[in-house]
Amino acid sequence: MAFEPKQPQKKLKYEELRIYTDEELRNYTEEELKNFKVKHSIPDVEELEKGPWPSFVADAKREALHRKKLADDRVMIPKDVVEDLLGQLQLSFDDGETHWKHGGIVGVFGYGGGVIGRYSDVPEKFPSIAHFHTLRVNQVASKFYKTDFLRALCDLWEYRGSGLFNMHGSTGDIILLGTTTEQLEPIFYEMTHELDQDLGGSGSNLRTPSCCVGKARCEFACIDTQDLCYELTMHYQDELHRPAFPYKFKFKFDGCPNGCVASIARADMSVIGTWRDDIRIDQEAVQAYINGEILPNGGAHRGRDWGKFDIQKEVIDLCPTRCMWMEDGKLKINNRECNRCMHCINVMPRALRPGEDTGASILFGAKAPILEGAQMSVLTIPFMKLEPPYDNLKELIDKVWDWWMEEGKNRERLGELIQRHGLWRFLEVIGVPAMPQMVKMPRANPYIYWKEEDVPGGWDRDINDYRARHKR
Amino acid sequence: MAFSLERLGKYNPEKPTENRITDIGPRHFWEFFPPVIKNNYGKWLYHEILEPGILVHVSETGDKVYTVRCGGCRFMTAENIREICDIADKYCDGYVRFTTRNNIEFLVDSLEKVEALKKDLLSRKHVSGSYKFPIGGTGAGVTNIVHTQGYIHCHTPATDASSMVKAVMDELFDYFTSMTLPAHVRISMACCLNMCGAVHCSDIALLGYHRKPPIVDDEVIEAICEIPLAIAACPVGAISPDKTASGKRTVKIKKERCMFCGNCYTMCPALPLSDKEGDGVTILAGGKLSNRISEPKFSKVVVPWLPNNFPRYPEVVQAVKKILTAYASDARKYERLGDWAERIGWEKFFEKCDLPFTEHLLDDYRLAYDTYRTSTQFKFTEAAWAVSRAAGGID
Repeated sequence: MAFEPKQPQKKLKYEELRIYTDEELRNYTEEELKNFKVKHSIPDVEELEKGPWPSFVADAKREALHRKKLADDRVMIPKDVVEDLLGQLQLSFDDGETHWKHGGIVGVFGYGGGVIGRYSDVPEKFPSIAHFHTLRVNQVASKFYKTDFLRALCDLWEYRGSGLFNMHGSTGDIILLGTTTEQLEPIFYEMTHELDQDLGGSGSNLRTPSCCVGKARCEFACIDTQDLCYELTMHYQDELHRPAFPYKFKFKFDGCPNGCVASIARADMSVIGTWRDDIRIDQEAVQAYINGEILPNGGAHRGRDWGKFDIQKEVIDLCPTRCMWMEDGKLKINNRECNRCMHCINVMPRALRPGEDTGASILFGAKAPILEGAQMSVLTIPFMKLEPPYDNLKELIDKVWDWWMEEGKNRERLGELIQRHGLWRFLEVIGVPAMPQMVKMPRANPYIYWKEEDVPGGWDRDINDYRARHKR
Repeated sequence: MAFSLERLGKYNPEKPTENRITDIGPRHFWEFFPPVIKNNYGKWLYHEILEPGILVHVSETGDKVYTVRCGGCRFMTAENIREICDIADKYCDGYVRFTTRNNIEFLVDSLEKVEALKKDLLSRKHVSGSYKFPIGGTGAGVTNIVHTQGYIHCHTPATDASSMVKAVMDELFDYFTSMTLPAHVRISMACCLNMCGAVHCSDIALLGYHRKPPIVDDEVIEAICEIPLAIAACPVGAISPDKTASGKRTVKIKKERCMFCGNCYTMCPALPLSDKEGDGVTILAGGKLSNRISEPKFSKVVVPWLPNNFPRYPEVVQAVKKILTAYASDARKYERLGDWAERIGWEKFFEKCDLPFTEHLLDDYRLAYDTYRTSTQFKFTEAAWAVSRAAGGID
């Protein structure tokens, strides 16, 4: 099978796009790097060069040296931005406070997101990072890249920005850290025209959707997470670039209930792959696990001697619904009782596989603690078949957004609105009935908001009528 | 075409809409998949972790793909990305992948290539001696810490992120390169509770936190903030309108009501709250995201505050190690940190981890009652005897 992009994609050849020559890219020696000192005294920052874990300081210093040795006209923002950034980091350590000012409205024409203004509050000390804006670049679904793309992006960003990245930011974007206001439009122009690549979201809009590795390299994926992520990203470009929402809105796509992209904790709409038929069992492979021929859990525990694999103790007894047992040497599963937690499949991936009738559960409303406390997404749609072009999901999203844009207060996430108005109101909006799967347990208080039409005779009553039966 | 070298490139500020391209989205994923991924998309049968950091995925076509996973820094330079590209060009036909947790994955089609790649990756070190591409982060170990921006590029942090991650991962390095724990342990770091990293469902979460109420910048607040929005931003109603002696509009803050969330500062730059003595680190533990065995759950606050002792945060590192060591020696196979704590009881968690339980850990925000124990099912620990003594119940 193969997927087609929605529009023709420009073939990228780094050799055609490149800005820097090989000599410029290798413009310092290891010896020079060893002896290199940045222009500020940064003893605490330099302390972080030690230790086995990759040092971001050692990395930043090579970028600083590389920039320093480029000719003046080979970068469009100051050459010493990395040195000033490290200097400001040291000052922040000294002061125990950040030295970045509060925001600032900058952007590219026609977009309300994708660029975050950033200004140093000590520009006299660190003039090169006085203006140091962030751009968010919409990452490729599941973060596979070709080096032609990455190298071209490096040249562009080193030439017109700091050469400093986040690979990747928390929401998923490639983050470009630090450039001047003047260079924002040129960067956007080159990125869209030459790299065929757009910015991501920021502010009160659809944030850049993200997904797990999915069917590209995982046997558990129940949905095409990349295709879903790409299709919805493309379909909702306007919502992504032009803030019109009460606050941010995140989509994340997990291929299975293992939840590798953490959608249930951080997406306003969490799409999690699942199945509704039976777990596929290969009884011979089950025996191979029991006989110790295959390591359990894909070898994830091989660093320690946990003793011989015990299917009763490690699988059957840990099943949260106790829906498995051995019978005549065969593993049996009562699939009607299974809640698809993935444990047995994770432990014995060669013997057990998710079913073949796959789709997704849709949950809504996760968010971090600001403001009313952290929330996880609430199970709302138990199962939805998801086939391109995913019109059923898009219709659902449109209903959710209409309601949230109408009722949501400024900076109120969907999950908070659902809490404020009640889950049942949300269900009315999206047009689905209530089901017990939406709750851990029914409510313990009887404070039900009965509606007038629920009660025979309505709510308007005559006090005289009442008093005719009951004296004052 | 090539990139322009002009100062403003091909962009014409006189005519900003000329030839403008917008709303094109990201590059399509399919062209960035290596051939073995394209050929086996949706056909993977199973996987195995051959050793820490090395995975093999086997397809129903008989194809295999080997993945070598390396720890990376979320904050990285063009120089570093170019080095990653050099490696990908040499061994992986120019393809490379990044993971959700800031790891770097090199995919190859044979064990011979895995060996050559491993040797190459581990030989690459920064001049200061740290690995550039440590191999690991798989299975029952500690993988890379996801984190936020910190002092590097954010205006609201209560601590720094990159430095704390470096300090913690240096200490936990052996857990990254091995698979000796009862289950995988996910550590996450956010430098304020806006939590752009959403760390609230992690086995161990490190969270920067303020402890001093905002300072009101009376001189400018009227000019730079929407005062009603700043007032409405406070979830506990601690901000109210006020006037300065000279009659300027401003706000006053009921300091004892503030719980230091910083939401007002997000709405209004005239209400800064960062402070050297006030700011520090809160540690939460026992959260999880996966639906495996138990439901996903939030992390719980287990250490209310530790100082920002830059650049190595010894108190934070020490607390993380205590939790991890107790978990490693006491939990059962497949048991996540939070499941372990719930099985033994949180009172035993504090005892085994040697962490003090203080009044700060008693919830007093929304739905606090949900966390109170309303049964006589508890275990006796030193903390229980201390209460009994204080009440005159025992000598």
